[in-house]
Amino acid sequence: MQSRGLAWRLVAPALFFELLIHILPMLTGITMSFLSINQFNLANWLHAPFVGLANYRVGVSPASPIGSSFLSSIRVTFAFTALVVLCSVGIGLGAALLMNRPFPGRAVVRTIYLIPYAMPVFVTGILWRFMFLRNGAVNTLLVNVFHLADHPLFWLIGSNAFWSIVIVALWRLWPFCFLMFLAGLQAIPTDLYEAVSIDGGGAWAQFRQITLPLMRPVLSITTLVTTLWTFNDFTTPFTLLGSGLPASADLMAVHIYDNAFLHWQFGIGSAMSVMMLVIMLIFTILYNRALRVGSEVA
Amino acid sequence: MRRSLAAQIGFWVALVVLALFVLFPLYMMITSSLKPLSEVTLGTLYPHIVDWSPWVQMWQTIPLGRYFINSLIVSICATAISLLIAIFASYAFARLPFFGKNAFGTLILSTQMFPGVLFLLPLYLIFVVVQGWTGLPFRGTYLGLILTYLTFALPFSIWMLRGYLESVPRDLEESALVDGCTPVQSLFRVVLPVALPGVIAVGIFAFLNSWNEILFASVLTNAQTRTLSIGLQSYATQQQVFWNQMMAASILATLPIVIGFLFVQRYIVQGLTAGAVK
Repeated sequence: MQSRGLAWRLVAPALFFELLIHILPMLTGITMSFLSINQFNLANWLHAPFVGLANYRVGVSPASPIGSSFLSSIRVTFAFTALVVLCSVGIGLGAALLMNRPFPGRAVVRTIYLIPYAMPVFVTGILWRFMFLRNGAVNTLLVNVFHLADHPLFWLIGSNAFWSIVIVALWRLWPFCFLMFLAGLQAIPTDLYEAVSIDGGGAWAQFRQITLPLMRPVLSITTLVTTLWTFNDFTTPFTLLGSGLPASADLMAVHIYDNAFLHWQFGIGSAMSVMMLVIMLIFTILYNRALRVGSEVA
Repeated sequence: MRRSLAAQIGFWVALVVLALFVLFPLYMMITSSLKPLSEVTLGTLYPHIVDWSPWVQMWQTIPLGRYFINSLIVSICATAISLLIAIFASYAFARLPFFGKNAFGTLILSTQMFPGVLFLLPLYLIFVVVQGWTGLPFRGTYLGLILTYLTFALPFSIWMLRGYLESVPRDLEESALVDGCTPVQSLFRVVLPVALPGVIAVGIFAFLNSWNEILFASVLTNAQTRTLSIGLQSYATQQQVFWNQMMAASILATLPIVIGFLFVQRYIVQGLTAGAVK
């Protein structure tokens, strides 16, 4: 059949670009992780000295400043991801359940809720940096309006910076969960609920027997996608705090970026990238499995 | 089924609290763009004097118009190239068997999830080498930026479009094929017109992602090619930060994007939950 030749001609441009912008850089990145590249040999890095696994050893050795800060960055990234995803999924599911029944003004409320997700991320970061200034709106609310604090807090430096990136990431991400869950809920046929209520089941029984099992595919896909996005997040910390993050908010993507473009240690940065890639691959396998589970259910 | 009064009150309180969480920063963004610079960093919750001058001055403090145009050029080019390549590839994925289909599909799905920084470091060094060999500048040019934007726009477009093309009924094409169309003709005359809303949605999403991009742009642009996502930071100068102008420019950068998003939001749900929601 000629369709095979045709299929290959159709995918050839895509394959060419995939090789050029994904495969070639990934192979280059792995090569770079075995070289000692710094600002002095950057222009001529193809001839940089081969150092074997030294970059990896430096990267994960708790004794060296580079290694201990990378290990702490991994811990921060995991804590950040877990917190942001759990809260986003929780708030998103709660809001979707509330909004599942028609009420006056529902379309307006739904649109308002979606705005944070729709906004350009770099604007979100800049806007919250402004709000988190020492003389900013957040401190005005805390000190002058609600009297929850005696004096203005520093939000953009020190240990509070962690909570700042969590709040901003959460502000942006929960509407996405809400959007996905509302679509999932609206796809559940209402007669299923009627069947349970005829059998004498209350709201909790309906949730347990109908909502939760039918929502499982959407829940798992949303959780995995948001986990990946949050784990990879560069824009939120970068626009909120700039590069050279405070240790409490030192997310992995920015940490690797800083090693390369702030300290010009491309070899060490690449070794860290490869380690991050390994973590990502585990996520990807989970995601693929969840998709497969999803299509079986549907 | 009527709900009790307590449930009603709880329902509205929850809705309003969430709405305030969402709206308060937006309120601050709008009101701060109308404050004079002397007031904007005092943390006041409303402007004591309404001052429209930030909306005028924001064009002079930084080359805002230039940044807008740069963002438009790069985003439109990256979107157009991705769509064009993706239409052909996703049609092959949706309709035709070919050797290596599963492996290629997995590659596309996986690379779309990898963080950009994994590609940025090696691409930057590849650009250094290519420039050394050929003199072609990829750093600081539209070309280099557009190429790096394909790293996320292309796999995303192929993956989403594949879903839409699969949803087009096969009978439509078969009658076209019987009438003597080639598969490529039937793609353009039959399948794409039916899947047009999906194609437009994918295009808008690729555009939005490019518009939002900051990682590649922070390293690969210079004063001439700087995009809006990076350029907005220039309101923070050595001497002072023009927060009021920055907020005004932020509103300007936000409005078209939010409107575009609200038009296409239901398609992202379809694309991401394909198979999970029926």
